[in-house]
Amino acid sequence: MQDWITKTPTRDEAGAVERLERDPASRKRFLRMMGGAGAATAFATFLAACGSGSDSGSGSGSDNGGQPSAGAPAANPAGGAAATREGSPDPRVGTTDLEIVGYALTLEQLETAFYADVVESGLFRGADLDMIEQFGEHEREHRETLEATVEMLGGDVPKAPKTKFPLESPGSVLRLAAEVENVGAAAYLGQANRIRSEEVLAAALSIHSVEARHAATLNALVGLPPEPQGSFAVPASMEEVLTGVQRFIVS
Amino acid sequence: MAHANTAVPESGAIEVRGFTRGAFILRGALAVGAVYGAGTIGPFVKQAVAQDAESSGDVEILNFALTLEYVEAEFYRQALELDLSSGVMALAQTLGTHERDHIAALKETIDVVGGTPTDEPQVSFPIRDERSFLELAQTLEETGVSAYNGAAPNIESREVLAAAGQIVQIEARHAADIRTARALPPAPKAFDDSLEMDQVLEAVQPFTKS
Repeated sequence: MQDWITKTPTRDEAGAVERLERDPASRKRFLRMMGGAGAATAFATFLAACGSGSDSGSGSGSDNGGQPSAGAPAANPAGGAAATREGSPDPRVGTTDLEIVGYALTLEQLETAFYADVVESGLFRGADLDMIEQFGEHEREHRETLEATVEMLGGDVPKAPKTKFPLESPGSVLRLAAEVENVGAAAYLGQANRIRSEEVLAAALSIHSVEARHAATLNALVGLPPEPQGSFAVPASMEEVLTGVQRFIVS
Repeated sequence: MAHANTAVPESGAIEVRGFTRGAFILRGALAVGAVYGAGTIGPFVKQAVAQDAESSGDVEILNFALTLEYVEAEFYRQALELDLSSGVMALAQTLGTHERDHIAALKETIDVVGGTPTDEPQVSFPIRDERSFLELAQTLEETGVSAYNGAAPNIESREVLAAAGQIVQIEARHAADIRTARALPPAPKAFDDSLEMDQVLEAVQPFTKS
């Protein structure tokens, strides 16, 4: 489970990161998504960290049934390498709480836009529409809280990215919603133990479990297991998540 | 972050016996939840685990989590003896499997960090039928979410924190499953929070004395 400690990247994984690094278009998009100038540093550090093999995802997070493709769930979540937060190899290399909150905010902006588009699409009525509206309202509240948190941490609230989602049929939209929520839950899980502030961590956790509820509910609706990864949820890295959601970002 | 705290008197009906610290904290958490609602459980647990300065914090949190998982696993085991519809029976089986896996993982984690896994408490549940099973299942799963979320910021080790996160996400999914089975909104609030600390801490003070 502790990818950054135990996992050495395969050639494929390194390839995904290098592709991202070489492709100026995607790098620019990525930077915009991370929001602001501070993000550029975070991105550079992040790539450096990936290059050295400390936290490299598979990079194909968008095409596996909506599930993040981090390492396999371990039977022993402690990974046999327990140490204190101070003493561990630091997985937070250069990542500040502000950058993590900015990243979470980007995801919430995306989710809020998604549900707004779905409501507007007119594809849903009745109980399904009620559920979609409620989930969308939750994402909006998450976004507002994270915006306030960014300001509290002394940052500037990034502009929401322009998004476009393929909204074809009720079935495909629900499957997409399930994918987005599963990725969202995995994204929060991937950052939880990199957060320094107790207050920010408490806030992130209180959002994480709500994303998990959304994901389980939507999974069940589209015929997937509510706990598709079994007894232990699998975290996703920033790189995996942002690569996965890039296809929804127009600019 | 508005709270929708509603008291859950059912949690008062769960009897956890035993003299381990984990059993003590869980009894308190259930009592607090019964009176003040699930949202108070997190702050209660946070304070309870912070109180015991002599023991290693992470081991105590892990042993509390282990106690909770013991109770959940036993709950789902007992549920299998009830006359449940096939869908609910399948749910009880799946959720029980997850809780047993959590027990194994927590025991191993406690060993790794140099602690001793706590004993399994004796428990009794007033479940007679599908309705009372689902009602109490919801209480237990919501208690789990709130307790993990409340205790997690106190965890010292990054590895232990990551492990707790992997488990709490599953507890939250369970809570949604059970709520859906009861035709209730799976995510009743935007935040599974435990942030209104000041008011809550005062209210829970009587329960935290050992």
